[in-house]
Amino acid sequence: MSEPRSPTFFRERFGVDEQSLARVLDGALERKVDYADLYFEYATQDSVALEEGIVKSGDRHVEQGVGVRAQAGERQGYAHTDEIDLESLRLATASARAIAQHAAQGSARAALPRRTDAGPDLYPIVSSPTDVPVARKIDLLGAIDARARARDPRIVQVMASCVAEHRRVLVVGSDGTFAGDERPLVRLNVQVMAEGPGGRREIAYQGMGGRYDFAQLEEPSAWHPLVDEAVRIACLNLDSVPCPAGAMTVVLGPGWPGILLHEAVGHGLEGDFNRKKTSAFADRLGQRVAADGVTVIDDGTIPARRGSLNIDDEGTPTQRTVLIENGVLRGYLQDRLNARLMGMSPTGNGRRESYAHLPMPRMTNTFMLAGEDDPEEILRGVDRGLYAVSFGGGQVDITSGKFVFSANEAYRIENGRLGAPVKGATLIGNGPDVLLRVTRIGNDLRLDRGVGTCGKDGQSVPVGVGLPTLRIEELTVGGTEG
Amino acid sequence: MSGAERDAVAKALARARAAGADAADAVLAAGDSLETRVRGAEIDFVVQARQRTLGLRALVRGTRGMRSAITSTSDLSPEAIDRMADETVALARATAEDPAAGLPDGGFAETAPEDLGLGAAEDRSVSIEARIDDARAAEAAARARDPRIVNSEGSQAASDFRRVVYGNSLGFLGSYESATHSLTCEPLARENGSMQRDSWFSVARRLAALEQPAAVGRRAAERALRRLGARSVPTCEVPVLFDPITAASLLGQLAGCASGYAVYRKTSFLAGRLGEEIASPLLSAIDDGRRPGGLGTRPFDGEGLPTRRNVLLLRGRLTSWLLDSYSARKLGLASTGNAARSAGSAPSVGATNLWIEPGARTQDEIIADTRRGLLVTELIGMGFNPVTGDYSRGAAGLWIENGEIVHPVEEVTIAGNFGQMLRDVDAVGTDLLWLGRIASPTLRVARMTVAGR
Repeated sequence: MSEPRSPTFFRERFGVDEQSLARVLDGALERKVDYADLYFEYATQDSVALEEGIVKSGDRHVEQGVGVRAQAGERQGYAHTDEIDLESLRLATASARAIAQHAAQGSARAALPRRTDAGPDLYPIVSSPTDVPVARKIDLLGAIDARARARDPRIVQVMASCVAEHRRVLVVGSDGTFAGDERPLVRLNVQVMAEGPGGRREIAYQGMGGRYDFAQLEEPSAWHPLVDEAVRIACLNLDSVPCPAGAMTVVLGPGWPGILLHEAVGHGLEGDFNRKKTSAFADRLGQRVAADGVTVIDDGTIPARRGSLNIDDEGTPTQRTVLIENGVLRGYLQDRLNARLMGMSPTGNGRRESYAHLPMPRMTNTFMLAGEDDPEEILRGVDRGLYAVSFGGGQVDITSGKFVFSANEAYRIENGRLGAPVKGATLIGNGPDVLLRVTRIGNDLRLDRGVGTCGKDGQSVPVGVGLPTLRIEELTVGGTEG
Repeated sequence: MSGAERDAVAKALARARAAGADAADAVLAAGDSLETRVRGAEIDFVVQARQRTLGLRALVRGTRGMRSAITSTSDLSPEAIDRMADETVALARATAEDPAAGLPDGGFAETAPEDLGLGAAEDRSVSIEARIDDARAAEAAARARDPRIVNSEGSQAASDFRRVVYGNSLGFLGSYESATHSLTCEPLARENGSMQRDSWFSVARRLAALEQPAAVGRRAAERALRRLGARSVPTCEVPVLFDPITAASLLGQLAGCASGYAVYRKTSFLAGRLGEEIASPLLSAIDDGRRPGGLGTRPFDGEGLPTRRNVLLLRGRLTSWLLDSYSARKLGLASTGNAARSAGSAPSVGATNLWIEPGARTQDEIIADTRRGLLVTELIGMGFNPVTGDYSRGAAGLWIENGEIVHPVEEVTIAGNFGQMLRDVDAVGTDLLWLGRIASPTLRVARMTVAGR
């Protein structure tokens, strides 16, 4: 990203050059405003989906627009339009600055644009995933369908899709920020249904993706395990028994169960909730919030990951942020506004779904560092409990701290051994104390396959999670068996 | 409705036909909106927006059926529309033939629709200042309600104005406008070092139909206050009452399982059970896309077919699916006028205004008739498997002992099987409450597992 192509793209396509943008920003700063910025976006997305053995339809979308923001104190004025031209920009700017008319402070004047230096591109690609011929995508889905059906005769239905996205953004800020990014994103989804004796049906879903070339998804070493895993879980669940109910020891498998961190602590450590003191973690920096040995990181700089970004959506380079260090709360996730109001530094976590949304502090890739325990020994040490390997979604109430996440592959543990697979169940806990009840941390940290999407205030952004095998005492499991 | 927008739809259709499509339809969705949030005495943000998206579906006939593709763009220049139409047809040619694909066979809506109460002309000029005042009034009322209301996520007001144009190559070209106004308040209560949050909101097609801002604020505060001191309960099996908001989420799940797509794919536990008694005889559910002023009301659906009234559930018997023309063909049935469509998507199925008919007892009477149980006021998480009906979600609410509410509850889950839950409904309230497209009165399920300490 040393020489971002985005500025050239927006100048050539829409005629917005650096000098005229500086004048637009000066317009935004006419009243007393602390900061103003422009966010340009041009995104193409395509997808093909297979069901009943055929790709019935393909789709392709182009989304473009610009948002103008003015900040004064805690206030933000925002106007966005899907027409990218200087006249629309001037109108949007007038709307955005109107918000600041009663502001007591602020005296900024637009600085001349300067290119923001970021590190090497985290997601260099050979060709844009939206330029890959649709026939290749259709062929991949056909191969997936064939493999899933051939794996097990109980597979009666396969749905698969692949989604490719190429998003160009440009951020121009009144402090001279001038940063562009090109963000590829690919994703493969496989859902299979197994039918057993007596007509019992179970579905299982697996997905993978990231900011890399589509060709990587076409590698058999990538998609074969994905299909095999979906088939295995669907067939396994044909034999699942009711899940136990009540508080018990839970062992989480590595990888995607890291959604626990995302819900239990990640959201509660976002800067906006802590500035407003609406989070159960407010004013707790420096306090113990997790057991010894628990270190939780948010890192937007891991190459090619779904949750990674060269720059956030305010032009701040992403970074590795320590949230919890050896059990002690060390940091929050910040965007520019909340960092300024809290007297802290932005952490490169100012993200938004699109130009049609205001940025907020959001997670990137959130994970726990590995410990020293052998995963098999962790399981052997449990008399009675639940081993949960695969999860669906989760949710949190950041004020009360209560969070849930739903297991879709789980087993009873009896006397240190895995018992029968159990039906899906929701687990519920309290964010500020759940990590205090961590008693074993595996040496097997794994990141998820690149499928996470986080929702906040109606905005969705791609994220990643990761976890080593983890033993937690007294987590409430929402099954039906007493 | 601007003529330019109808022209854009007509142009996309003509170009798609010229490029080789045997059939096509197009949707233009446009809108502008105002939104603000006030927190305490301060404005948090103000957002003004304008958006316009054109979506095109092209269908190309083969020997065994139609091939199809969908594209969308917010660039409405003539060159962009031409390019888009050409690309859509080319993309369609790459897909497989599908005997069920195609436009509806006919029976399109009247293009000069009756007044369905989708907005008021005088609201069009609403100012952002007026909506800021609404949010301020709600925020102030919440904070004035009780000294324990010490903070908030803020009060949010929004006004959204939309225009939809739909046209197809069979000659249908229709359009309508609608408005949605809302006001939400989300206060925090604090006592003995613990914090609770809750919210209340009002949403309507006309500003005058919104609940008074001060009433929204007071109610939100009362909901947060009643959660103070919440605790878990020991794991048990008890009757579970769902208030109108959480009961509506159950009805939403039922609608998902009655969607034609879930049925033909057999990803619904209801597949194959049309005409059977699947629920308590106390339950009747109706979907009506022409309910005046309804949040799901529209003159025609996403394929140009007239919306109408469909009875899904009649005294416990499953009487209809929700269908668009594709899922209807897959099942050998006719569309129920439930095609949902955004500019960038193929038609799918959605409820319009869907509700459970109110029963004979008030919520208070149902509580008084419950010896020991849980009244659920909030559900979190997504623990529902539509294929099996297995249900397990995080819940918060109020504990009932001897017919009275005794303390708030949190950090519990409720679990059961959705099919069994529908059969186990043994009380339906009088308190049908519209806060969205899907509405329900209070429901009591005779028995579920509550997991807690």
